[in-house]
Amino acid sequence: MTSFLQQAFNGLVSGSFYALLALGLAVIFGMLRVVNFAHGALYMLGAFGAVALADTTGLGFWWALLLVPLALALTGTLLERLLIRRLTALDPLYNFLLTFGIALVCQDLLRMKYGAHSQPYERGPFTGSMDLGLFDFPRYQVFVLAVSVTLCLAVWLLLTHTRIGTIVRAATERPELTRAFGIDTGRWVTPVFGFGVGLAALAGVLAAPMRAVNTGMGSDLIITVFAVVVIGGLGSVFGSVLAGFTIGMLQALGNLYVPVLSQTSVYLLMAVVLLVRPAGLFGKEEPA
Amino acid sequence: MRQPRAILVTQGLSKEFQGFRAVSAVDLSVAEGTVHALVGPNGAGKTTLFNLLTGFLKPTAGRITFDGHDITGQPPERIAGLGVARSFQVTSLFEQMTAREHVELALQSGTGLGRRFWRTDTLMRRFSGRALELLGDVGLAHLADRPAGHLPYGQKRALELALALALDPALLLLDEPTAGMGLEDIDRTVALVDQIREGRTVVMVEHNMSVVGSLADTVTVLQRGEVLVEGPYDRVKTDPRVVEAYLGADVA
Repeated sequence: MTSFLQQAFNGLVSGSFYALLALGLAVIFGMLRVVNFAHGALYMLGAFGAVALADTTGLGFWWALLLVPLALALTGTLLERLLIRRLTALDPLYNFLLTFGIALVCQDLLRMKYGAHSQPYERGPFTGSMDLGLFDFPRYQVFVLAVSVTLCLAVWLLLTHTRIGTIVRAATERPELTRAFGIDTGRWVTPVFGFGVGLAALAGVLAAPMRAVNTGMGSDLIITVFAVVVIGGLGSVFGSVLAGFTIGMLQALGNLYVPVLSQTSVYLLMAVVLLVRPAGLFGKEEPA
Repeated sequence: MRQPRAILVTQGLSKEFQGFRAVSAVDLSVAEGTVHALVGPNGAGKTTLFNLLTGFLKPTAGRITFDGHDITGQPPERIAGLGVARSFQVTSLFEQMTAREHVELALQSGTGLGRRFWRTDTLMRRFSGRALELLGDVGLAHLADRPAGHLPYGQKRALELALALALDPALLLLDEPTAGMGLEDIDRTVALVDQIREGRTVVMVEHNMSVVGSLADTVTVLQRGEVLVEGPYDRVKTDPRVVEAYLGADVA
């Protein structure tokens, strides 16, 4: 029983990262119709940002958690303005190649500086563990889970209860009708892209104290995240978050009971979902 | 009699899609305060013309003037801001939003809210009363809190009319307002359009000739992207060219 709960908890912690990344991908896809293949690289840049900030200025975790996502979100808005925007009118394949290329360039630039080895980052807060009766919870992991759940909830509230959220939801679903209302959807594209990138960077900073910080960390994670997004429904914020946490749990529990399947279970689930509901669990069929 | 002012004018308006001329040198003049119908067989370029007028397509050649402003090639949100509202041929609503939320969104887009994007629901609630009024006008008051995706077809179209009205436009463009409707819904829509034309100009694409007959002051018949005939309904109806091109199938 204890090992079950322990693994379920670990699963929720992995799910926290999946959810944050999938959430960013979902809002970006919804607003821009672009699948951002650089998302994993931006997560990696977030983790390296924390390492570099500590190495060069000595600033610790909390500063990194604030500054790195902001800096990368800003970089993201430039990326959208200068490159992605130029390709949106063309076949989606062009932005696929562009963002994929950006990911490779980021990875190799960092490899030139840091090599392929993992970088230590020992500035994480909340070291040690806490006893909640069932087993010892590592305190930092509890913090990560709390941050992720809070952020996902905050984004959901933002989307459902504010005017900007209504506009983003409207522009996601029916861009032409929203524009016929006299709302300039174009001016929300850049901020939304920057926001999604900021979430990926924040996930990267959160990962730095507990995961190996190396140039491959983004590409390892993002493959699962794409499966998460497909299962949840491309563009569905709610579906992405729910699928993120569910798949984190599924993988962790799979590790415990059916180790053989732990790596493939995600893709099996994805295949089943695609067969039954091609648009994903919470996705909508594209209107004709 | 005083000649009414032309509120919408196109000159030599053309749209070419890779060698195919969907709209070809159309000169249109819509008099203020009238209902102007665009008719013509499928593929005559009616919807393309609508998309040009509302900025969803950019013309290959020609000019569009609305109320003295040159709106040629302007983006849709700009044209909507000048007082042009449109409905869509295919129902295009937000599946999850309720009827009331739709109207609230349309209402607040026209107000001076400007950049206050962080305001919460309470702000939208301010429009609730007016939204319910508009829904009442189109006979949807009792369905205000139903998600649009769950409304039957005829009521979706009615909701679209309420949306167009929420923008309180000087010029209302209706793309086939009665398409796919049963007789009862058609009668209700005709009565509704007759009611909302008060104080505005309406341009509508419509296939149903009895609807055109009971609403339109002026009819423009399009064929293969060109204006074939223009005039009052009774004259257009009996024009031999129109009978051949458009009504031919029905008469024969």
